[in-house]
Amino acid sequence: MADSEAPAKAVQVKLVLLGEAAVGKSSLVLRFVSNDFNENNSPTIGAAFLTQKCRLEDKVIKFEIWDTAGQERFHSLAPMYYRNAAAAVVVYDITKASSLEKAKAWVNELQRQANPNIVIALLDLITDGAVSTTAGVADSQTEAAAAPGAEGADESAQDGQEPLDDVTEAQPETTTTPAAASGESLRQVTREEAEAYAKEAGGLLFFEASAKTGKGVQELFTEIAKNLPIESMMPKTPGAGGAASGTAANRRAAAAQAGNAGSGNKVNLTEGGANKARGGCC
Amino acid sequence: MDEEYDVIVLGTGLTECMLSGLLSVEGKKVLHMDREDYYGGASASLNLTQLYKKFRDSPAPESLGRDRDYAVDLIPKFILASGQFTQMLVKTDVTRYLEFKQIAGSYVLRDGKIAKVPSNEREAVTSSLMGFFEKNRARKFFMFLQGWKDDDPSTHQGIDMDKNTMTDIYKKFGLEAGTQDFIGHAMALHLDDSYKTKPAWDTYDRIILYTSSMARYGKSPYIYPMYGLGELPQAFARLSAIYGGTYMLAKPIEKIVTDDEGKFVGVTSEGETVKAKMVIGDPSYFGAGSEEGQDGKIRVVEEKKVVRAICILKHPVPGTDDADSCQIIIPQNQVGRKNDIYIAAVSHAHAVCAPNVYVAIVSTIVETSVPEREILPGLQLLGTIVDNLYTPVSSGQQDNIFITRSYDATTHFETVAEDVADVWERVTASHFLSGHITRTHLLNPTLSCFVP
Repeated sequence: MADSEAPAKAVQVKLVLLGEAAVGKSSLVLRFVSNDFNENNSPTIGAAFLTQKCRLEDKVIKFEIWDTAGQERFHSLAPMYYRNAAAAVVVYDITKASSLEKAKAWVNELQRQANPNIVIALLDLITDGAVSTTAGVADSQTEAAAAPGAEGADESAQDGQEPLDDVTEAQPETTTTPAAASGESLRQVTREEAEAYAKEAGGLLFFEASAKTGKGVQELFTEIAKNLPIESMMPKTPGAGGAASGTAANRRAAAAQAGNAGSGNKVNLTEGGANKARGGCC
Repeated sequence: MDEEYDVIVLGTGLTECMLSGLLSVEGKKVLHMDREDYYGGASASLNLTQLYKKFRDSPAPESLGRDRDYAVDLIPKFILASGQFTQMLVKTDVTRYLEFKQIAGSYVLRDGKIAKVPSNEREAVTSSLMGFFEKNRARKFFMFLQGWKDDDPSTHQGIDMDKNTMTDIYKKFGLEAGTQDFIGHAMALHLDDSYKTKPAWDTYDRIILYTSSMARYGKSPYIYPMYGLGELPQAFARLSAIYGGTYMLAKPIEKIVTDDEGKFVGVTSEGETVKAKMVIGDPSYFGAGSEEGQDGKIRVVEEKKVVRAICILKHPVPGTDDADSCQIIIPQNQVGRKNDIYIAAVSHAHAVCAPNVYVAIVSTIVETSVPEREILPGLQLLGTIVDNLYTPVSSGQQDNIFITRSYDATTHFETVAEDVADVWERVTASHFLSGHITRTHLLNPTLSCFVP
């Protein structure tokens, strides 16, 4: 079993982000994971995935958030990306009608190919113009997760908040007035249109959020967490799977949901020496 | 597209994706293109629709189940748990995108029957592969190998592995021809018998690799990724993308552009030429299979042909104790051939097909003009075959054009790891493993004789 992660009650949830290139997927993650925003976010480089914990009643949910790494840019995203994802946030930009069309295509593909129980959220990501917010960003824990630059990210996933005390449900909400309406003047997609689609596409969750102000971001992830079939995703009791790490256990649960009876014989290639590199950061 | 790249990689097969992953991590600016709209090239895993479209040009039979349940490998291979390929997976950390399972058993055919390959002296004693006296001889042989210490001549029993051949060692222990067959072909994984007359080192290393792989997880020396081998190139492509690699699928490649001296300049796709310092690609992008080659230049010479049959079964492979997966090797001598026949079987346990379905791929190097007959001894071991998709497949520095190899008939990945190392060394003119992977003496340079 995974060694030092003693209070390992956390349920691991693989969450993928989909949407047209440059709609702000990475900014959204950065906001959620480190409550930060970077105006000129360069295309994502260097991080395999970011993690963030979320408390839901008595359970801790550890989101493992995968970035497309730019592979969507030329319609070349590998299906491996959403394999076994328990949740997907499909993002579009209200100022670009084409981005909603792209979002619909992704929802389609997920419903055809991904885990049948996947929780899909359609997200209206407000691109905030020049409006400055009074965001009281709690900045104490940003460094860990921000991962631009190839070097820093070579070893393993960038863990946002590892220790349990850092659970972020208590993060100060950014004190925004509904100033996020900045993009409104450029709006091409009405909220009603998108919401109607979300309903008709088979009960997608629907949200509006702003990465810049942080508005709606925490709610988005909390609501996703509430909609996950948590019970069936709980790590199995030790002994059932032997050397399964947390992630593997989650995947097994996800695989079981998907109807793939993946029992036994799992192997962990990194057990032993190679694991140390990973533990080092936290 | 008007940027200039360090490297353009053509084809998203495993070898190419590994190279572009490693080059991107190294800081090279990589553009990776594929003419198909899916990842994996010749080493992709296909769903039912894709599979039947490719081989039958017809829809898949409904009795086989849902499309999304399937990921059928075009090239069947398993991964040796302690091999160089596994080291590459761990060192590059792509293991975080992948999940592996053991292959349940490794079998070999002897005298018409299949039996588990014994991997140490203890198993040799209980193996049904050998008679009573032969077991004892095999036990001594394994004890000799396991006890070998380079710097302790007392463990050498008079053998000099640099000079003595495997034939010498087989003779010393008095092993029967059939025993030699399973040692040389099912453990050392030699493709033919030419190893017998070469210095014993190579074979020793291979047997130790097999036994140490076996010891790692217990059931067999092999592991396999959930959702099929097609996940492997995707994982390395993601690694590359994370380090800035640019990916373009569904890009028809019209021309490899060279200058007057024949040096690589760029690649033309959809009328646009992208420049780069060098190009790496699989043989199909360099005129493989076409008579006149490419632009009148033959860059790829076809060597040997491999024949494969993808067999869909509704039962486990007979004689394997209902194993959910297995490898079976039919040594050449056992069926009067010059090349071994390999069978790789996987199932729903690996999330590559519907429940109660098993996919077994039989392959060998073609020796005659009727390759479909050559794989018969393999097909006969499988019992009733629901469907059999027969696939005849071609196998196959100064100009800065680097062509990777086609995938061979072996059922493991060590030759792929070796090809990656080889191209890497040619591309970067630096020793592959220096900064990346620690080369152990298991993987000594003599492995280069390992590709058909």
